[in-house]
Amino acid sequence: MVNLLLLLPFVGLLWVPFFNMTEPSLFGFPFFYWYMFAWVPVSSLITWVVWRTGR
Amino acid sequence: MSNAVGAPQINVTAMAVFVFFFLLVTLMGFFAARWKRGDTKASLDEWGLGGRQFGGWITWFLIGGDFYTAYTVIAVPALVYAVGAYGFFALPYTIIVYPIVFAIMPRVWALAHRHGYVTAGDIVHGTYRSRGLELAVAMTGMVATMPYIALQLVGMEVVIKALGLTGELPLIAAFIILALYTYSSGLRAPALIAFVKDIMIYIVVLTAVVVVPTKLGGYGHVFDVAGAAFAAKGGATGLLLKPAQMLPFATLALGSALAAFMYPHTMTGILAARSGDTVRRNAIYLPAYTIVLGLIALLGYMGYAAAIKVSSPNDVVPALFNALFPSWFAGFAFAAIAIGALVPAAVMSIGASNLFTRNVWKAYVDPTISPSGEAKVAKIASLVVKLGALAAVLFLPTQFALDLQLLGGMIIIQIFPAIVFGLFGRFFLAGGLLTGWAVGIVWGCWVVFGDGLKPVHVFKFGDSSYGIYVGLAALVLNVVVAAIVSAVQRAAGAQPVAAE
Repeated sequence: MVNLLLLLPFVGLLWVPFFNMTEPSLFGFPFFYWYMFAWVPVSSLITWVVWRTGR
Repeated sequence: MSNAVGAPQINVTAMAVFVFFFLLVTLMGFFAARWKRGDTKASLDEWGLGGRQFGGWITWFLIGGDFYTAYTVIAVPALVYAVGAYGFFALPYTIIVYPIVFAIMPRVWALAHRHGYVTAGDIVHGTYRSRGLELAVAMTGMVATMPYIALQLVGMEVVIKALGLTGELPLIAAFIILALYTYSSGLRAPALIAFVKDIMIYIVVLTAVVVVPTKLGGYGHVFDVAGAAFAAKGGATGLLLKPAQMLPFATLALGSALAAFMYPHTMTGILAARSGDTVRRNAIYLPAYTIVLGLIALLGYMGYAAAIKVSSPNDVVPALFNALFPSWFAGFAFAAIAIGALVPAAVMSIGASNLFTRNVWKAYVDPTISPSGEAKVAKIASLVVKLGALAAVLFLPTQFALDLQLLGGMIIIQIFPAIVFGLFGRFFLAGGLLTGWAVGIVWGCWVVFGDGLKPVHVFKFGDSSYGIYVGLAALVLNVVVAAIVSAVQRAAGAQPVAAE
């Protein structure tokens, strides 16, 4: 069941209307950009959790 | 052309730095033949997979250096410069690709390790006992890879031009050197050079994303200037996606992610790993490169803030470095990009040669070939593949390579069902998978050519229209056809062959 966590990045990144906006911006980055960047470590963390559980 | 990138004369400092690093990796390429050598190098496991012994770090550098190509460093910022937000589909693409790698590729590795498979064609033949499906998979891989190699040369050409060199001799020289050390060292050469290449790229990108915005007034200002430029430009450009771009953006990201590890060069990187767990751990750490790719994409916006004028978007990155950095650092950056072309070009030619050797030569010409004979055939094939790519870049219009590469992504995704479905169950049969593959490719090509070589097709249902990546739509059709034909075959009494 933990493996289903791997689907989260797909939901978070492919449902585009959810993040196609300028505000709230962060360090000068519009939301669209920092949101996608933020998914990189989040996605890695999810994969790590699944890896740890499955060992 | 060279005037447009801001370096009309040969810059001696930049050139010296460039040549130094290029010579360094050339020596490494030849030295690599002795690196971590097994009992004998005269087999395809040794030449084509580096002895299947690469641990976590080497695999990380190799796949990172192989998947994020020199062409990416040039083309992604170029697309972002030209259209804005839409070019950023590379970011979700290279994030969601890793859950896919984590779930699928360790199984591929385990199957290949157990039976000594070297290529995707071997895997399909071992699973389905079908020479037809094996040949389809092998041909797809080879056809998709050739233009990809050519594009690495295009990337190299752009930075050679930015150094102020004209003529084609530098490119030819670089490629002959590459061909020679790949011939003698096999996969060990790009694996060793990838360390240098990746570290150089990290230095260049981290320096650029810190230094450039401070010179240009911060990221807020960079986004403001780029946004204003797109507003003036109009059309389907901007810092955010237009409503009609959202579905193309998402389907391009998903389709590219499904296709990414079906290519021979990425598959080769996976199969060369020491264990399935090496692959799993890499799916956790490889996204570090995705951060770098996202930062590289931002260089496209920095081009506006730096008021760069280019005749072709592909020149944005070199022009930016020439304009904002001292020439020694520009030379270092250009060397990083050129060396960045060598790693994927080498692995791509090795992957294509492995396919040719195992799934064409061994399958049809010489079934009793010895392991050392296989290595010999693959080495010669790698020379032919690279000369073909070089000839394509020298004698055909660049646009031709770009168009073929676009088609390559659309066709490589069609082997996904044949490679992946068998790992999870045995419902699909060879006949169904082969039919689905053929229908997917023919329909996809027909649509892409009908649209004038555009990757996204607009489908109309009633009053609404949906822009969808053709490769993904063709994959859906492929799977539906494969399922129907397999079901019919089963109803007629066909059984899956016993797994090897």
